[in-house]
This record gives sequence, C-alpha cells and structure tokens, in this order.
Amino acid sequence: MSDTPLPARRRFRFERHASTILLLASVALYVALIIIMGQTRFLTLENLVAILGRSITLGITAIGQTFAILVASIDLSVASVISASAVVTSVVMNGDPAMMLPAVIAVLALGAVVGLANGLVITKLEVNPLIATLGMSLIIQGVLSYYYNNFAGNVPAEFQIFAYGTVGIVPFSLVFMFVLAGCAWFVLRFSRFGSDVYSVGGNKDAARLAGIKTDRVVIGAHVICSLCAAIAGIYLASRLRSGAPWIGAEGVYDLESIAVVVIGGTVLAGGRGGIWGTMAGVIIFSLIDSIFNVAGVDAFVKQVLRGIIIVAAVAFYAARSKRPVA
Amino acid sequence: MSAQSLPQTETPKRGLPKINPVYVLVVALILAIVVMNPAFGEPTGYMNFLKRVTALAILSGGALYVIVSGGFDLSVGSIMTLTVIGSSMLASNDPNSTYWIIPLMLGIGAVVGLINGLVVSYLKVPSLIATLGMMITLNGVAFMWSGGAPRGYLPDTFRFFGRYNITDVPVITLLPVAVICLVVFGVILWWGMHRTNFGRMLHAVGDNPQAARLAGVPVERVRISAFVVSALTAVLAGVILGGRAGVSVNIGSGFELQAITAAVIGGAQLLGGRGSVPAAIAGALALEAIFTLLNLLGLAQPVRLVVQGLILIGAVALATYQRKRSGR
Repeated sequence: MSDTPLPARRRFRFERHASTILLLASVALYVALIIIMGQTRFLTLENLVAILGRSITLGITAIGQTFAILVASIDLSVASVISASAVVTSVVMNGDPAMMLPAVIAVLALGAVVGLANGLVITKLEVNPLIATLGMSLIIQGVLSYYYNNFAGNVPAEFQIFAYGTVGIVPFSLVFMFVLAGCAWFVLRFSRFGSDVYSVGGNKDAARLAGIKTDRVVIGAHVICSLCAAIAGIYLASRLRSGAPWIGAEGVYDLESIAVVVIGGTVLAGGRGGIWGTMAGVIIFSLIDSIFNVAGVDAFVKQVLRGIIIVAAVAFYAARSKRPVA
Repeated sequence: MSAQSLPQTETPKRGLPKINPVYVLVVALILAIVVMNPAFGEPTGYMNFLKRVTALAILSGGALYVIVSGGFDLSVGSIMTLTVIGSSMLASNDPNSTYWIIPLMLGIGAVVGLINGLVVSYLKVPSLIATLGMMITLNGVAFMWSGGAPRGYLPDTFRFFGRYNITDVPVITLLPVAVICLVVFGVILWWGMHRTNFGRMLHAVGDNPQAARLAGVPVERVRISAFVVSALTAVLAGVILGGRAGVSVNIGSGFELQAITAAVIGGAQLLGGRGSVPAAIAGALALEAIFTLLNLLGLAQPVRLVVQGLILIGAVALATYQRKRSGR
C-alpha cells in the first residue's frame, strides 16, 4: 500500500490465531464428512453437546495443565492423580450419600498435597519437572495398585448427577468445565498470581530480579494443576459410578492434556498462551474423535492416527522456531 | 597408590579416587542379595540375574545416547513390543525365518529412530512429545498387526539369544548367550560413546547445541544418529527379551522409564552433556538388583513402581545438589 512499513504489532500473528484456524478446520472437516457420508442426523445441537460432553475429563485436566506449562513446567502425573482421586472418591463414598462432601474434600486435599509435593521437588530440589512428575506418577500408581486392582467402592446415585444431570440439554459437567475455564481465565488475566505466572514462564531470572517469588508461583501452578486433575478424577468416578486404578493411564490423560494445551497455542517453553486456546484444543480433539467415529475407523488405527496427530499438531507450532529443542 | 593418597589432608577433594557411586551401589546390592539368598552366589544364580538384566542394560546404554545428546526417547518400550509381536507374526513357526526377521526388525527400528530424530531436529517437536507420540503410534501398530492378540510363537532359533545357555564352560559352568550379547553390545556402545568423534560430538551437542554448531558439529545429524542408536538397541533388547520371556502384547511397556532411570542412576545428566555407558549399564544392574531384593523381601509388584519413582527423583535431586556444590 504505502511505502512506510507496517509496525510489527499490526502484522498478522500466526501463533495468535493458529488454534482458531485449527478449530475451524476441524469443524469444517467434520461437517464435510457428515455431508459426504449423508449422515446429516449428526448435525444437531444435541450431538454437538454430546461431542463436547465426551471430553470433560480431558478438558478439566487440561485447564490445570495450562497453568503448569505456562510457568515453563509440565505435569506428567495427572493421569495417576486422576486414577487415585477416582478410586478415593468411590471408596470413601461407598454408596453412602452422607459421605459425598468428605470424599470430595479428601480428594481435593490429595490433589493439593500431590501438587505441593511436585512443586517442592521441582523448585527446592531443582529436579527436572519431567522427571519429578514422572517419578511422582510412578509412586502414586504404585501405592494405588498396591491396595486396589479392580473397580473399588461405588458412587451413590445422588452424586452421579454431577456427570449425568442436565440443564435443558446441557450437562451440569459441561457447564462446570466452562465455569472452571472462566475462573482460570479470570485468574490468569486479572489476578496478580496470573501475571506472575506469565512472567515466571517467560523469563524466570528476570521475574526473580523483578521481585517475584518464583518458587511460590511454580508451586502454586502445580497445586492448581493437580487440583484440576483431582476434580477430573471425581467427575470420572461420578460418570463410571466407580473408580479403578487404571482409568487415568487408560485415557492417556497425561499426554493428551499436554497435547491439547499445545494445540491451543500455549508454548511448551512457557510464558505464552491461555485458557481459551486450551479449550479450543479440547474441542478439536473431541471433533477428531467424532470424525473417526463417523468414518468408522478401527480402534487400533485410531490409536495410530492419534499418535501421529498429536506430534503433527505440536510440529505445526514448533516447526518455525529457530532454537533446537530438548 | 596407597602411598600417594596419604597427603590427602591438605586437599581433601582430590584425595579419594573418584569412583562413580553407582559401582559401589551395585556391589553393595549384590552383596545384600547374596547374604539374603546364598544360592545367588552359585553360577546359576548370578548368571540368571545377568540374563534377566541384559535387555534393560543394552537398552539403557542406547537410551544414554539420546540423553547425552539432550533428549528423551520414550518410544523404546513400544519398539520392543513391536519387535516381539512383529517377529512372532512373521515367523509363523518357521525356524529359518530368524535369519531375515532380525535384520528386518533392525531395519524397522532404524526407520523409527530416523523418524524420531527428524521430527525432533527439523519439526522442532520436543523429544518427549515426539517419542511419546511415537510410543502411542507403535503400540497401535503392534495391536493392528496382531489383531489384538498375538498368534504364533517365536522359533527356537530366535529365542537362542535370550534363552540359550552354553553349558560345561570351565570355572563358571554355564554362560547364557544373553550375557555374551550384553558384553559385546556393551563394549560397542562404550566404544561409540567414549572412543569416537561421534561420541564427543554427542556430548558437545547435549552440553550446548549452539556452541557445538558454531564449532562445526552437524547438530541435526548427530541428534538423529542418537535416536537411531537408541531405536536399534531397543530392537536388540526386544529380541533378547522376547527370547527370554516369550510373546505378550505389552512386553515392552515400562522399559522406557526403566532405561532412563538406569541411566540416571549411572550419573547421566538429563538434558545432555554428561553420561557414561558402563555406568548406565551398572545403573541397570543396580535397578534390577533392587527389584530382586524387593522380591526377596516379599514385597509385591506395585512396590517396585514406588521404589523406582523414589530412585528417579532421588538420583536427579542428588546429581543437581552435587553439581551445585561443585560449582559447575
């Protein structure tokens, strides 16, 4: 247009819109597939809600994982925290509606303790977060499968409302997930802790020199991450009516939560990204799942494609970075 | 030597010869096992132990290549599974098939390692995510190949490496083929890491990729080669493990973490720059010895996981602490 170059910030920033682009692409793919297959009965609001409802566990976990990744850490223990909290939920409740509140409090305490332990090991012992949370995951899984090797306890009918109750056609749990996401967004956007999270993730040394207690921020992020995983476990127990020690690992929630966070545009190196990108990532994942279902892809082929898609999605962002990665 | 170490009072840091603590740990653990179970001191006892540890030891030697170059390889367990299941599907009970199956599996392993390396080097996907994705994919491929339940079994020629014992050997009476494999591949891995230019470049890349690049190291090629070495050792470990334990659908699961744990016990520095193949193999011995000890104490399988997790965190925390204290 004119000979003066545009200021840098006015340029189209690919990173900023990539998750939206991916979301629109997967919606388009899904709709196109349905029309091609002639199965327009899937194009209803109920089905949309059903698609979203399938990924609530992943969504809640990913909200927490966003915090961990934003402070340039990572949490690989979420899957075993989910298993542990699902089992604790159903064992403590054991069919008794009066035990609902104690069970939830116990599980949240468990999540907070695990997150605190993760955070302390990472900040005070300076253990690489991957290894610290992997080790934690092994410990939790070991303790859990020492005591339980099958579905244990059961969840009273009153508590199953959390997973099965609806407002109109929208399940409570879906509303809950978006409310949780809204809270997380509010914290990240408007609270001091939120801005500290971005500073610590962006440049830890600079944050420390600016007077931020970086260790506390990292620990806080890990506590939030484990709490979210614990809530996801409560939801899963409510939906499955009981908890088993393998349900977290079976859902590959550790890797998938990281993958959706990254697809949502949060940088693995920390400091950039946000909750709504993560939610877009979650929706993209459930759309991909639905596409597989509509197309009738074999379960094993689905697993193969999933692995490829996760790597491809991360590559989609990472390929343009100049620095070598770990 | 004892005369030289006398005036150590003035420079206490230089006094004792620096032995990697992992060797002390291995000796202590083995002694503990022998005390608890004297049969372990017999050739059948310790040879069976070495036979059991061979797959993990070779694997951790290979995993060390990736760790020293500054990455992680979590796909090795699934490569082992794929090797065992693929071999049993292809063998169709034909003893002569071994001669082309093992090279074919090594070829598949090399391709997998190459893909891992390319994805990490050129698509800049962090190795953790790239190899985890590869793990999911390969487990799916193994399931697809076998249709969910493996058919057929491995012929004896294939199981030779993992199962066969050479008897009537003087002094030690029996010598499993697996132990020969352990020594041979251990030496090869040691040579590649500590006696070649490639090994030095691996250390350089892991320590500081930018500096290595400026010094003329072909960073991408070195990192890709590390992933290929790791995948190849995973195939070898799969052949040995399949030979020893037979076919099952999740035979390799968990090995990726055990290999990393073994390397870390051996003093390897995560995110690159430092590590020793003999120490990683000793780390594998230590890990297996700990598991054996837990068995002797009558502790159930899940306790292994807890102990492994504690060791993993503890070893890394200790290494960090020592590095900080020595000011490096």
